[in-house]
Amino acid sequence: MTAALGLASCEFRIALRNRWVAIVIAMMTLFALVLSAAGSAPTGELGADSLSVTVASLTSLAVYLVPLVGLLMAFDAVAGEVERGTLPLLLTYPVSRARLLLGKALAHLATLALALAIGYGSAAAAAFAVDPEAAGGLPALVRLFWSSLLLGASFLGIGYALSAIARRPGAAAGLAIGLWLVLIVLYDLGLLAAVVADAGGVFTTHVFPWLLLANPADAFRIFNLASSEATAAAAGVGGAAGSIPAWQALASVALWPLVAFALALLAFRKVTP
Amino acid sequence: MSSLKLSTVTKTFGRHTALDRVGLTVGAGERVALLGHNGAGKSTLMKIVLGLIPADGGSVEVLGAAPGSGAARAQVAYLPENAAFHPSLTGEEQMALYLRLRGAPASQARPLLDRVGLGDAARRRIGTYSKGMRQRVGLAQALIGRPRLLVLDEPTSGLDPVSRREFYAILEELAADGAAILLSSHALTEVEARTDRIVILSKGRVVADDTLAGLRRNAGLPTRIHVAARPGAADDVARELRAGRRNGVMVDLVCPPDEKLSRLGRVAELGHLVEDVEVVPPSLEDIYDHYSRRTQA
Ligand SMILES: Nc1ncnc2c1ncn2[C@@H]1O[C@H](COP(=O)(O)OP(=O)(O)O)[C@@H](O)[C@H]1O
Ligand SMILES: [Mg+2]
Repeated sequence: MTAALGLASCEFRIALRNRWVAIVIAMMTLFALVLSAAGSAPTGELGADSLSVTVASLTSLAVYLVPLVGLLMAFDAVAGEVERGTLPLLLTYPVSRARLLLGKALAHLATLALALAIGYGSAAAAAFAVDPEAAGGLPALVRLFWSSLLLGASFLGIGYALSAIARRPGAAAGLAIGLWLVLIVLYDLGLLAAVVADAGGVFTTHVFPWLLLANPADAFRIFNLASSEATAAAAGVGGAAGSIPAWQALASVALWPLVAFALALLAFRKVTP
Repeated sequence: MSSLKLSTVTKTFGRHTALDRVGLTVGAGERVALLGHNGAGKSTLMKIVLGLIPADGGSVEVLGAAPGSGAARAQVAYLPENAAFHPSLTGEEQMALYLRLRGAPASQARPLLDRVGLGDAARRRIGTYSKGMRQRVGLAQALIGRPRLLVLDEPTSGLDPVSRREFYAILEELAADGAAILLSSHALTEVEARTDRIVILSKGRVVADDTLAGLRRNAGLPTRIHVAARPGAADDVARELRAGRRNGVMVDLVCPPDEKLSRLGRVAELGHLVEDVEVVPPSLEDIYDHYSRRTQA
Protein backbone atom coordinates (compact mmCIF):
# COMPACT_ATOMS: atom_id res chain seq x y z
CA MET A 1 0.00 0.00 0.00
CA THR A 2 2.93 2.37 0.58
CA ALA A 3 3.69 1.83 -3.09
CA ALA A 4 0.26 3.05 -4.20
CA LEU A 5 0.37 5.98 -1.77
CA GLY A 6 3.87 6.93 -2.90
CA LEU A 7 2.73 6.89 -6.48
CA ALA A 8 -0.39 8.88 -5.59
CA SER A 9 1.56 11.63 -3.85
CA CYS A 10 3.96 11.88 -6.80
CA GLU A 11 1.09 12.04 -9.28
CA PHE A 12 -0.63 14.70 -7.21
CA ARG A 13 2.57 16.74 -7.13
CA ILE A 14 2.88 16.42 -10.89
CA ALA A 15 -0.77 17.49 -11.30
CA LEU A 16 -0.08 20.53 -9.11
CA ARG A 17 3.00 21.51 -11.13
CA ASN A 18 1.27 20.98 -14.46
CA ARG A 19 -1.52 23.29 -13.18
CA TRP A 20 -4.04 20.48 -13.57
CA VAL A 21 -5.25 20.92 -10.02
CA ALA A 22 -5.68 24.66 -10.51
CA ILE A 23 -7.45 24.20 -13.84
CA VAL A 24 -9.90 21.64 -12.51
CA ILE A 25 -10.70 23.72 -9.42
CA ALA A 26 -11.14 26.89 -11.47
CA MET A 27 -13.40 25.11 -13.94
CA MET A 28 -15.62 23.61 -11.22
CA THR A 29 -15.87 26.82 -9.22
CA LEU A 30 -16.57 29.01 -12.21
CA PHE A 31 -19.40 26.83 -13.50
CA ALA A 32 -20.86 26.28 -10.04
CA LEU A 33 -20.96 30.02 -9.30
CA VAL A 34 -22.42 30.93 -12.69
CA LEU A 35 -25.13 28.29 -12.26
CA SER A 36 -26.02 29.29 -8.74
CA ALA A 37 -26.21 32.94 -9.79
CA ALA A 38 -28.51 32.03 -12.66
CA GLY A 39 -30.63 29.72 -10.49
CA SER A 40 -30.95 31.88 -7.38
CA ALA A 41 -33.69 34.20 -8.65
CA PRO A 42 -37.04 32.34 -8.85
CA THR A 43 -37.22 30.02 -5.87
CA GLY A 44 -40.53 30.81 -4.24
CA GLU A 45 -42.90 29.03 -6.62
CA LEU A 46 -41.09 25.69 -6.27
CA GLY A 47 -41.45 25.77 -2.53
CA ALA A 48 -37.88 24.70 -2.14
CA ASP A 49 -34.99 26.36 -0.37
CA SER A 50 -32.39 27.97 -2.57
CA LEU A 51 -29.69 25.38 -1.83
CA SER A 52 -31.94 22.57 -3.10
CA VAL A 53 -32.47 24.50 -6.28
CA THR A 54 -28.73 25.06 -6.56
CA VAL A 55 -28.14 21.34 -6.09
CA ALA A 56 -30.57 20.65 -8.93
CA SER A 57 -28.60 22.93 -11.24
CA LEU A 58 -25.31 21.50 -10.01
CA THR A 59 -26.55 18.01 -10.84
CA SER A 60 -27.13 18.97 -14.46
CA LEU A 61 -23.72 20.60 -14.51
CA ALA A 62 -21.97 17.62 -12.94
CA VAL A 63 -23.40 15.23 -15.52
CA TYR A 64 -21.40 17.07 -18.18
CA LEU A 65 -18.41 18.36 -16.30
CA VAL A 66 -17.40 15.52 -13.97
CA PRO A 67 -17.04 12.89 -16.74
CA LEU A 68 -15.11 15.40 -18.84
CA VAL A 69 -12.72 16.25 -16.02
CA GLY A 70 -12.27 12.56 -15.21
CA LEU A 71 -11.42 11.68 -18.80
CA LEU A 72 -9.09 14.66 -19.18
CA MET A 73 -7.14 13.70 -16.08
CA ALA A 74 -6.99 10.02 -17.04
CA PHE A 75 -6.13 9.92 -20.73
CA ASP A 76 -2.40 10.46 -20.15
CA ALA A 77 -2.05 7.88 -17.36
CA VAL A 78 -0.69 4.96 -19.39
CA ALA A 79 -0.08 6.57 -22.79
CA GLY A 80 2.00 9.31 -21.19
CA GLU A 81 4.27 6.78 -19.48
CA VAL A 82 4.64 4.93 -22.77
CA GLU A 83 5.52 8.12 -24.63
CA ARG A 84 8.00 9.37 -22.04
CA GLY A 85 9.62 5.93 -22.00
CA THR A 86 9.14 5.61 -18.25
CA LEU A 87 6.87 2.56 -18.36
CA PRO A 88 9.43 -0.28 -18.85
CA LEU A 89 11.37 0.70 -15.74
CA LEU A 90 8.20 1.15 -13.69
CA LEU A 91 7.03 -2.33 -14.67
CA THR A 92 10.24 -3.94 -13.40
CA TYR A 93 9.46 -2.75 -9.87
CA PRO A 94 7.81 -5.28 -7.54
CA VAL A 95 4.45 -3.54 -7.77
CA SER A 96 1.42 -5.01 -9.54
CA ARG A 97 -0.23 -3.17 -12.40
CA ALA A 98 -3.39 -2.90 -10.32
CA ARG A 99 -1.42 -1.02 -7.65
CA LEU A 100 0.10 1.28 -10.24
CA LEU A 101 -3.36 2.19 -11.55
CA LEU A 102 -4.68 2.51 -8.02
CA GLY A 103 -1.93 4.97 -7.13
CA LYS A 104 -2.78 7.17 -10.09
CA ALA A 105 -6.50 6.89 -9.38
CA LEU A 106 -6.02 8.01 -5.77
CA ALA A 107 -4.22 11.15 -6.91
CA HIS A 108 -6.82 11.93 -9.55
CA LEU A 109 -9.70 11.29 -7.14
CA ALA A 110 -8.09 13.58 -4.58
CA THR A 111 -7.81 16.31 -7.20
CA LEU A 112 -11.45 15.83 -8.17
CA ALA A 113 -12.61 15.79 -4.55
CA LEU A 114 -10.78 19.03 -3.90
CA ALA A 115 -12.29 20.69 -6.96
CA LEU A 116 -15.79 19.45 -6.14
CA ALA A 117 -15.54 20.55 -2.52
CA ILE A 118 -14.43 24.04 -3.54
CA GLY A 119 -16.85 24.34 -6.47
CA TYR A 120 -19.93 22.98 -4.72
CA GLY A 121 -18.86 24.73 -1.53
CA SER A 122 -18.85 28.15 -3.16
CA ALA A 123 -22.21 27.50 -4.78
CA ALA A 124 -23.58 26.49 -1.39
CA ALA A 125 -22.10 29.60 0.21
CA ALA A 126 -23.85 31.69 -2.40
CA ALA A 127 -27.14 29.93 -1.66
CA PHE A 128 -26.76 30.53 2.08
CA ALA A 129 -26.07 34.19 1.38
CA VAL A 130 -29.49 34.73 -0.18
CA ASP A 131 -31.57 32.22 1.78
CA PRO A 132 -31.18 31.55 5.53
CA GLU A 133 -33.33 28.41 5.11
CA ALA A 134 -30.76 26.90 2.78
CA ALA A 135 -29.65 24.30 5.35
CA GLY A 136 -32.60 22.17 4.20
CA GLY A 137 -30.69 21.41 1.01
CA LEU A 138 -27.53 20.22 2.78
CA PRO A 139 -28.26 16.46 2.61
CA ALA A 140 -28.86 16.77 -1.13
CA LEU A 141 -25.56 18.62 -1.49
CA VAL A 142 -23.65 15.96 0.42
CA ARG A 143 -25.28 13.25 -1.68
CA LEU A 144 -24.36 15.14 -4.82
CA PHE A 145 -20.77 15.39 -3.63
CA TRP A 146 -20.11 11.72 -3.06
CA SER A 147 -22.10 10.53 -6.04
CA SER A 148 -20.11 12.99 -8.18
CA LEU A 149 -16.93 11.35 -6.88
CA LEU A 150 -18.27 7.94 -7.87
CA LEU A 151 -19.19 9.27 -11.30
CA GLY A 152 -15.71 10.75 -11.60
CA ALA A 153 -14.16 7.44 -10.59
CA SER A 154 -16.10 5.66 -13.35
CA PHE A 155 -14.78 8.00 -15.98
CA LEU A 156 -11.28 7.90 -14.57
CA GLY A 157 -11.35 4.13 -15.01
CA ILE A 158 -12.74 4.44 -18.52
CA GLY A 159 -10.05 7.04 -19.26
CA TYR A 160 -7.28 4.70 -18.06
CA ALA A 161 -8.67 1.93 -20.27
CA LEU A 162 -8.66 4.26 -23.29
CA SER A 163 -5.16 5.41 -22.39
CA ALA A 164 -3.90 1.84 -22.31
CA ILE A 165 -5.67 0.93 -25.55
CA ALA A 166 -4.43 3.99 -27.44
CA ARG A 167 -0.84 3.93 -26.11
CA ARG A 168 -0.24 7.41 -27.52
CA PRO A 169 -1.43 10.50 -25.61
CA GLY A 170 -2.81 12.21 -28.71
CA ALA A 171 -4.86 9.21 -29.72
CA ALA A 172 -5.98 8.68 -26.13
CA ALA A 173 -7.18 12.29 -25.87
CA GLY A 174 -9.13 11.89 -29.11
CA LEU A 175 -10.75 8.70 -27.88
CA ALA A 176 -11.60 10.34 -24.55
CA ILE A 177 -13.34 13.32 -26.15
CA GLY A 178 -15.15 11.05 -28.59
CA LEU A 179 -16.36 8.83 -25.79
CA TRP A 180 -17.53 11.84 -23.80
CA LEU A 181 -19.58 13.05 -26.75
CA VAL A 182 -21.13 9.64 -27.27
CA LEU A 183 -21.91 8.76 -23.66
CA ILE A 184 -22.90 12.19 -22.38
CA VAL A 185 -24.41 14.00 -25.35
CA LEU A 186 -25.42 11.59 -28.11
CA TYR A 187 -26.60 8.78 -25.84
CA ASP A 188 -29.41 10.88 -24.32
CA LEU A 189 -30.37 12.39 -27.63
CA GLY A 190 -30.59 8.95 -29.17
CA LEU A 191 -32.67 7.63 -26.31
CA LEU A 192 -35.03 10.59 -26.47
CA ALA A 193 -35.49 10.13 -30.20
CA ALA A 194 -36.20 6.44 -29.68
CA VAL A 195 -38.71 7.13 -26.93
CA VAL A 196 -40.53 9.68 -29.06
CA ALA A 197 -40.65 7.31 -32.03
CA ASP A 198 -41.78 4.43 -29.81
CA ALA A 199 -44.70 6.46 -28.43
CA GLY A 200 -45.07 4.57 -25.17
CA GLY A 201 -44.46 1.09 -26.56
CA VAL A 202 -42.40 -1.82 -25.25
CA PHE A 203 -39.13 0.01 -25.76
CA THR A 204 -40.16 2.88 -23.51
CA THR A 205 -41.48 0.68 -20.71
CA HIS A 206 -39.01 -2.23 -20.76
CA VAL A 207 -35.78 -1.38 -22.57
CA PHE A 208 -35.39 2.33 -21.98
CA PRO A 209 -35.01 2.20 -18.16
CA TRP A 210 -32.21 -0.37 -18.47
CA LEU A 211 -30.44 1.68 -21.09
CA LEU A 212 -30.57 4.65 -18.76
CA LEU A 213 -29.17 2.61 -15.89
CA ALA A 214 -26.40 1.25 -18.10
CA ASN A 215 -24.98 4.71 -18.61
CA PRO A 216 -23.22 5.92 -15.45
CA ALA A 217 -23.98 9.57 -16.18
CA ASP A 218 -27.71 8.91 -16.61
CA ALA A 219 -27.77 6.72 -13.53
CA PHE A 220 -26.06 9.53 -11.62
CA ARG A 221 -28.67 12.04 -12.75
CA ILE A 222 -31.57 9.74 -11.94
CA PHE A 223 -30.16 8.97 -8.51
CA ASN A 224 -29.82 12.63 -7.59
CA LEU A 225 -33.20 13.54 -9.07
CA ALA A 226 -35.07 10.66 -7.53
CA SER A 227 -33.58 11.35 -4.14
CA SER A 228 -34.65 14.95 -4.11
CA GLU A 229 -38.15 16.12 -4.99
CA ALA A 230 -37.05 19.64 -5.71
CA THR A 231 -34.59 18.62 -8.35
CA ALA A 232 -37.40 17.32 -10.54
CA ALA A 233 -37.54 20.88 -11.75
CA ALA A 234 -34.27 20.36 -13.57
CA ALA A 235 -35.18 17.09 -15.19
CA GLY A 236 -34.24 16.41 -18.78
CA VAL A 237 -34.29 12.81 -19.80
CA GLY A 238 -35.02 12.15 -16.16
CA GLY A 239 -38.61 13.25 -16.66
CA ALA A 240 -39.25 10.11 -18.62
CA ALA A 241 -37.35 8.04 -16.11
CA GLY A 242 -39.48 8.68 -13.06
CA SER A 243 -40.26 5.00 -12.81
CA ILE A 244 -36.67 3.98 -11.98
CA PRO A 245 -36.18 3.57 -8.23
CA ALA A 246 -33.31 5.45 -6.63
CA TRP A 247 -31.63 2.30 -5.32
CA GLN A 248 -31.23 0.90 -8.82
CA ALA A 249 -29.67 4.12 -9.99
CA LEU A 250 -27.38 4.08 -6.95
CA ALA A 251 -26.37 0.50 -7.66
CA SER A 252 -25.33 1.52 -11.16
CA VAL A 253 -23.45 4.58 -9.89
CA ALA A 254 -21.63 2.47 -7.29
CA LEU A 255 -20.85 -0.49 -9.57
CA TRP A 256 -19.54 1.50 -12.51
CA PRO A 257 -16.24 2.51 -10.88
CA LEU A 258 -15.48 -1.17 -10.27
CA VAL A 259 -16.40 -2.16 -13.81
CA ALA A 260 -14.40 0.72 -15.27
CA PHE A 261 -11.38 -0.11 -13.13
CA ALA A 262 -11.57 -3.76 -14.19
CA LEU A 263 -11.69 -2.68 -17.82
CA ALA A 264 -8.70 -0.40 -17.27
CA LEU A 265 -6.73 -3.20 -15.66
CA LEU A 266 -7.55 -5.59 -18.50
CA ALA A 267 -6.38 -3.05 -21.06
CA PHE A 268 -3.26 -2.13 -19.05
CA ARG A 269 -2.29 -5.81 -18.70
CA LYS A 270 -2.19 -6.03 -22.50
CA VAL A 271 0.39 -3.24 -22.76
CA THR A 272 3.88 -4.65 -23.39
CA PRO A 273 6.64 -2.08 -23.11
CA MET B 1 24.30 -21.66 -8.57
CA SER B 2 24.09 -19.01 -11.27
CA SER B 3 22.03 -15.90 -10.62
CA LEU B 4 20.92 -15.73 -14.21
CA LYS B 5 20.63 -18.64 -16.56
CA LEU B 6 19.39 -18.56 -20.15
CA SER B 7 19.31 -21.53 -22.46
CA THR B 8 18.23 -21.70 -26.11
CA VAL B 9 16.23 -18.49 -25.75
CA THR B 10 14.59 -17.53 -29.01
CA LYS B 11 12.58 -14.43 -29.84
CA THR B 12 11.13 -13.38 -33.16
CA PHE B 13 9.38 -10.17 -34.15
CA GLY B 14 7.25 -11.10 -37.13
CA ARG B 15 9.69 -12.70 -39.55
CA HIS B 16 12.74 -11.14 -37.93
CA THR B 17 14.67 -13.33 -35.49
CA ALA B 18 15.96 -11.03 -32.74
CA LEU B 19 17.40 -13.83 -30.57
CA ASP B 20 18.45 -17.22 -31.87
CA ARG B 21 18.94 -20.00 -29.30
CA VAL B 22 20.83 -17.77 -26.90
CA GLY B 23 22.45 -19.37 -23.86
CA LEU B 24 24.32 -17.54 -21.16
CA THR B 25 24.87 -17.52 -17.41
CA VAL B 26 25.88 -14.91 -14.88
CA GLY B 27 27.08 -16.07 -11.48
CA ALA B 28 26.84 -14.24 -8.17
CA GLY B 29 29.56 -11.61 -7.94
CA GLU B 30 30.25 -11.84 -11.65
CA ARG B 31 30.23 -8.93 -14.12
CA VAL B 32 29.31 -10.00 -17.62
CA ALA B 33 29.36 -7.63 -20.56
CA LEU B 34 26.92 -8.24 -23.38
CA LEU B 35 28.42 -6.84 -26.54
CA GLY B 36 26.89 -6.34 -29.94
CA HIS B 37 26.18 -3.90 -32.72
CA ASN B 38 22.97 -1.89 -32.76
CA GLY B 39 20.14 -4.31 -33.38
CA ALA B 40 22.11 -7.35 -32.23
CA GLY B 41 19.40 -8.18 -29.68
CA LYS B 42 20.91 -6.89 -26.43
CA SER B 43 17.91 -4.89 -25.25
CA THR B 44 15.54 -7.64 -26.31
CA LEU B 45 17.47 -10.18 -24.27
CA MET B 46 17.38 -7.87 -21.23
CA LYS B 47 13.66 -7.27 -21.53
CA ILE B 48 13.11 -11.02 -21.57
CA VAL B 49 15.26 -11.41 -18.46
CA LEU B 50 13.15 -8.74 -16.74
CA GLY B 51 9.90 -10.37 -17.82
CA LEU B 52 8.82 -7.28 -19.77
CA ILE B 53 8.38 -9.34 -22.92
CA PRO B 54 7.98 -13.11 -23.21
CA ALA B 55 10.46 -15.34 -25.02
CA ASP B 56 9.17 -17.53 -27.83
CA GLY B 57 11.25 -20.51 -26.78
CA GLY B 58 13.96 -21.66 -24.40
CA SER B 59 14.19 -21.16 -20.67
CA VAL B 60 15.14 -18.28 -18.43
CA GLU B 61 15.83 -18.56 -14.71
CA VAL B 62 16.32 -15.41 -12.65
CA LEU B 63 17.59 -16.05 -9.11
CA GLY B 64 15.78 -19.37 -9.18
CA ALA B 65 12.48 -17.78 -10.18
CA ALA B 66 10.61 -17.05 -13.39
CA PRO B 67 11.43 -13.75 -15.10
CA GLY B 68 9.04 -10.99 -14.06
CA SER B 69 7.67 -12.96 -11.10
CA GLY B 70 7.28 -11.16 -7.80
CA ALA B 71 10.28 -12.97 -6.32
CA ALA B 72 12.46 -12.03 -9.28
CA ARG B 73 11.33 -8.41 -9.43
CA ALA B 74 12.03 -7.92 -5.74
CA GLN B 75 15.72 -8.71 -6.28
CA VAL B 76 16.43 -7.46 -9.78
CA ALA B 77 17.35 -3.89 -10.69
CA TYR B 78 17.17 -2.49 -14.20
CA LEU B 79 18.70 0.49 -15.91
CA PRO B 80 16.95 0.97 -19.24
CA GLU B 81 18.66 2.20 -22.38
CA ASN B 82 18.10 5.99 -22.45
CA ALA B 83 16.68 6.11 -18.94
CA ALA B 84 13.72 8.51 -18.83
CA PHE B 85 11.92 10.06 -15.88
CA HIS B 86 9.12 12.50 -15.28
CA PRO B 87 10.50 15.96 -16.17
CA SER B 88 8.35 17.74 -13.55
CA LEU B 89 9.83 15.85 -10.61
CA THR B 90 13.13 16.67 -8.96
CA GLY B 91 15.80 13.99 -8.78
CA GLU B 92 15.09 13.59 -5.08
CA GLU B 93 11.33 13.24 -5.53
CA GLN B 94 11.76 10.71 -8.32
CA MET B 95 14.15 8.68 -6.17
CA ALA B 96 11.76 8.89 -3.20
CA LEU B 97 9.05 7.36 -5.38
CA TYR B 98 11.28 4.51 -6.53
CA LEU B 99 12.31 3.87 -2.94
CA ARG B 100 8.70 3.67 -1.80
CA LEU B 101 7.86 1.33 -4.69
CA ARG B 102 10.49 -1.02 -3.28
CA GLY B 103 9.26 -0.53 0.27
CA ALA B 104 12.45 1.30 1.29
CA PRO B 105 12.51 4.55 3.28
CA ALA B 106 12.32 7.67 1.11
CA SER B 107 15.05 9.26 3.20
CA GLN B 108 17.63 7.20 1.29
CA ALA B 109 17.05 9.33 -1.80
CA ARG B 110 19.72 11.87 -0.94
CA PRO B 111 22.51 9.41 0.01
CA LEU B 112 21.89 7.43 -3.18
CA LEU B 113 22.03 10.55 -5.33
CA ASP B 114 25.21 11.58 -3.52
CA ARG B 115 26.70 8.19 -4.31
CA VAL B 116 26.24 8.71 -8.06
CA GLY B 117 27.48 12.30 -7.83
CA LEU B 118 24.11 14.02 -8.23
CA GLY B 119 23.85 15.48 -4.73
CA ASP B 120 24.03 19.07 -5.96
CA ALA B 121 21.25 18.62 -8.50
CA ALA B 122 18.93 16.63 -6.21
CA ARG B 123 16.52 19.55 -5.77
CA ARG B 124 16.36 20.44 -9.46
CA ARG B 125 13.72 19.14 -11.84
CA ILE B 126 14.82 16.24 -14.01
CA GLY B 127 13.61 18.23 -17.03
CA THR B 128 16.74 20.37 -16.60
CA TYR B 129 19.16 17.40 -16.42
CA SER B 130 21.62 16.41 -19.14
CA LYS B 131 21.59 12.92 -20.60
CA GLY B 132 24.52 11.90 -18.41
CA MET B 133 22.68 13.14 -15.31
CA ARG B 134 19.55 11.18 -16.20
CA GLN B 135 21.77 8.16 -16.68
CA ARG B 136 23.05 8.70 -13.13
CA VAL B 137 19.50 8.88 -11.76
CA GLY B 138 18.97 5.59 -13.56
CA LEU B 139 21.99 4.11 -11.85
CA ALA B 140 20.94 5.50 -8.46
CA GLN B 141 17.53 3.80 -8.68
CA ALA B 142 19.23 0.55 -9.69
CA LEU B 143 21.17 0.63 -6.41
CA ILE B 144 18.02 0.63 -4.24
CA GLY B 145 17.64 -2.22 -1.80
CA ARG B 146 20.78 -4.30 -2.42
CA PRO B 147 19.68 -6.03 -5.67
CA ARG B 148 21.08 -9.49 -6.37
CA LEU B 149 21.01 -9.08 -10.13
CA LEU B 150 21.55 -5.84 -12.03
CA VAL B 151 20.55 -5.61 -15.66
CA LEU B 152 22.10 -2.48 -17.16
CA ASP B 153 21.35 -1.58 -20.77
CA GLU B 154 24.16 0.56 -22.24
CA PRO B 155 24.78 2.14 -18.84
CA THR B 156 27.84 4.15 -19.86
CA SER B 157 26.39 5.79 -22.95
CA GLY B 158 26.26 9.53 -22.31
CA LEU B 159 28.85 9.39 -19.54
CA ASP B 160 32.17 11.21 -19.80
CA PRO B 161 35.35 9.18 -19.17
CA VAL B 162 35.65 10.26 -15.52
CA SER B 163 32.03 9.38 -14.78
CA ARG B 164 32.52 6.09 -16.57
CA ARG B 165 35.39 5.22 -14.27
CA GLU B 166 33.29 6.14 -11.22
CA PHE B 167 30.49 4.00 -12.61
CA TYR B 168 32.72 0.96 -12.95
CA ALA B 169 34.04 1.55 -9.42
CA ILE B 170 30.46 1.28 -8.13
CA LEU B 171 29.93 -1.91 -10.16
CA GLU B 172 33.06 -3.36 -8.60
CA GLU B 173 31.70 -2.72 -5.10
CA LEU B 174 28.39 -4.33 -6.01
CA ALA B 175 30.08 -7.39 -7.47
CA ALA B 176 32.33 -7.66 -4.43
CA ASP B 177 29.11 -7.75 -2.38
CA GLY B 178 27.96 -10.74 -4.43
CA ALA B 179 25.60 -9.08 -6.91
CA ALA B 180 25.46 -10.52 -10.41
CA ILE B 181 25.77 -7.88 -13.12
CA LEU B 182 24.81 -8.07 -16.78
CA LEU B 183 25.59 -4.93 -18.73
CA SER B 184 25.45 -4.22 -22.41
CA SER B 185 27.55 -2.06 -24.67
CA HIS B 186 28.25 -1.70 -28.36
CA ALA B 187 31.97 -1.08 -27.84
CA LEU B 188 34.51 -3.45 -26.36
CA THR B 189 36.67 -0.45 -25.49
CA GLU B 190 34.05 0.70 -22.98
CA VAL B 191 34.02 -2.49 -20.97
CA GLU B 192 37.42 -4.13 -21.48
CA ALA B 193 39.12 -4.89 -18.19
CA ARG B 194 36.27 -3.84 -15.94
CA THR B 195 34.23 -6.98 -16.55
CA ASP B 196 34.91 -10.60 -15.74
CA ARG B 197 33.49 -12.08 -18.91
CA ILE B 198 32.39 -10.90 -22.32
CA VAL B 199 29.52 -12.34 -24.34
CA ILE B 200 29.38 -11.16 -27.94
CA LEU B 201 26.00 -11.17 -29.61
CA SER B 202 25.79 -10.87 -33.36
CA LYS B 203 22.45 -10.85 -35.17
CA GLY B 204 20.79 -12.56 -32.23
CA ARG B 205 23.40 -15.31 -31.82
CA VAL B 206 26.07 -15.73 -29.17
CA VAL B 207 29.33 -15.82 -31.12
CA ALA B 208 31.76 -15.62 -28.21
CA ASP B 209 31.64 -16.09 -24.44
CA ASP B 210 35.00 -15.76 -22.73
CA THR B 211 37.32 -13.54 -20.71
CA LEU B 212 39.07 -10.78 -22.61
CA ALA B 213 42.33 -12.75 -22.47
CA GLY B 214 40.57 -15.83 -23.78
CA LEU B 215 38.95 -13.89 -26.60
CA ARG B 216 42.32 -12.46 -27.53
CA ARG B 217 43.96 -15.87 -27.51
CA ASN B 218 41.28 -17.70 -29.46
CA ALA B 219 40.95 -15.00 -32.08
CA GLY B 220 44.60 -15.68 -33.05
CA LEU B 221 44.80 -12.27 -34.66
CA PRO B 222 48.21 -11.24 -36.02
CA THR B 223 50.54 -9.10 -33.96
CA ARG B 224 52.24 -6.12 -35.54
CA ILE B 225 55.89 -5.33 -34.94
CA HIS B 226 57.11 -1.88 -35.83
CA VAL B 227 60.88 -1.72 -36.26
CA ALA B 228 62.62 1.66 -36.42
CA ALA B 229 65.87 1.28 -38.40
CA ARG B 230 69.04 3.36 -38.07
CA PRO B 231 69.25 6.12 -40.69
CA GLY B 232 69.95 4.61 -44.10
CA ALA B 233 69.51 1.03 -42.87
CA ALA B 234 65.78 0.67 -43.55
CA ASP B 235 66.23 -1.22 -46.81
CA ASP B 236 68.71 -3.65 -45.23
CA VAL B 237 66.44 -4.29 -42.29
CA ALA B 238 63.44 -4.85 -44.56
CA ARG B 239 65.42 -7.31 -46.67
CA GLU B 240 66.75 -9.21 -43.64
CA LEU B 241 63.26 -9.49 -42.10
CA ARG B 242 61.51 -10.05 -45.42
CA ALA B 243 59.06 -7.30 -44.53
CA GLY B 244 57.56 -4.20 -46.06
CA ARG B 245 59.05 -0.73 -45.53
CA ARG B 246 56.69 2.01 -44.46
CA ASN B 247 59.04 4.96 -44.95
CA GLY B 248 62.74 5.84 -44.75
CA VAL B 249 63.13 4.46 -41.21
CA MET B 250 60.13 2.29 -40.27
CA VAL B 251 59.78 -1.38 -41.14
CA ASP B 252 56.47 -3.13 -40.37
CA LEU B 253 56.10 -6.83 -39.62
CA VAL B 254 52.83 -8.75 -39.28
CA CYS B 255 53.00 -12.23 -37.73
CA PRO B 256 50.72 -14.81 -36.09
CA PRO B 257 50.81 -14.70 -32.27
CA ASP B 258 52.89 -17.89 -31.96
CA GLU B 259 55.66 -16.53 -34.20
CA LYS B 260 55.97 -13.32 -32.25
CA LEU B 261 58.98 -14.38 -30.16
CA SER B 262 61.00 -15.86 -33.02
CA ARG B 263 60.44 -12.76 -35.12
CA LEU B 264 61.55 -10.57 -32.26
CA GLY B 265 64.64 -12.76 -31.99
CA ARG B 266 65.45 -12.04 -35.63
CA VAL B 267 65.03 -8.33 -34.96
CA ALA B 268 67.41 -8.57 -32.01
CA GLU B 269 70.05 -10.23 -34.20
CA LEU B 270 70.06 -7.12 -36.38
CA GLY B 271 71.05 -5.16 -33.27
CA HIS B 272 73.33 -2.58 -34.82
CA LEU B 273 70.87 -1.73 -37.62
CA VAL B 274 67.87 -1.24 -35.32
CA GLU B 275 67.09 1.82 -33.27
CA ASP B 276 63.83 0.72 -31.59
CA VAL B 277 61.13 -1.98 -31.64
CA GLU B 278 57.44 -1.68 -30.79
CA VAL B 279 55.05 -4.62 -30.44
CA VAL B 280 51.39 -3.81 -31.10
CA PRO B 281 48.92 -6.49 -30.01
CA PRO B 282 45.58 -6.72 -31.85
CA SER B 283 43.34 -3.85 -30.74
CA LEU B 284 40.05 -4.37 -28.94
CA GLU B 285 38.24 -3.22 -32.06
CA ASP B 286 40.07 -5.84 -34.10
CA ILE B 287 39.07 -8.56 -31.66
CA TYR B 288 35.46 -7.41 -31.53
CA ASP B 289 35.30 -7.20 -35.33
CA HIS B 290 36.78 -10.66 -35.63
CA TYR B 291 34.02 -12.25 -33.55
CA SER B 292 31.07 -10.21 -34.68
CA ARG B 293 31.97 -10.71 -38.33
CA ARG B 294 32.49 -14.47 -38.09
CA THR B 295 28.75 -15.26 -38.16
CA GLN B 296 28.32 -13.67 -41.53
CA ALA B 297 30.53 -16.32 -43.14
N1 LIG C 1 9.02 -4.42 -30.36
C1 LIG C 1 9.70 -4.76 -31.47
N2 LIG C 1 9.05 -5.00 -32.62
C2 LIG C 1 9.72 -5.36 -33.74
N3 LIG C 1 11.04 -5.49 -33.81
C3 LIG C 1 11.75 -5.28 -32.69
C4 LIG C 1 11.12 -4.88 -31.47
N4 LIG C 1 12.09 -4.74 -30.54
C5 LIG C 1 13.25 -5.00 -31.16
N5 LIG C 1 13.06 -5.33 -32.45
C6 LIG C 1 14.11 -5.72 -33.41
O1 LIG C 1 14.91 -6.70 -32.82
C7 LIG C 1 16.27 -6.49 -33.14
C8 LIG C 1 17.07 -6.37 -31.85
O2 LIG C 1 16.76 -5.16 -31.22
P1 LIG C 1 17.43 -4.72 -29.85
O3 LIG C 1 17.32 -5.84 -28.89
O4 LIG C 1 16.84 -3.42 -29.45
O5 LIG C 1 18.94 -4.51 -30.28
P2 LIG C 1 20.14 -3.84 -29.47
O6 LIG C 1 19.66 -3.47 -28.12
O7 LIG C 1 21.22 -4.88 -29.46
O8 LIG C 1 20.56 -2.64 -30.27
C9 LIG C 1 16.33 -5.25 -34.00
O9 LIG C 1 16.41 -5.64 -35.34
C10 LIG C 1 15.03 -4.56 -33.72
O10 LIG C 1 14.61 -3.85 -34.84
MG1 LIG D 1 19.55 -1.71 -27.25
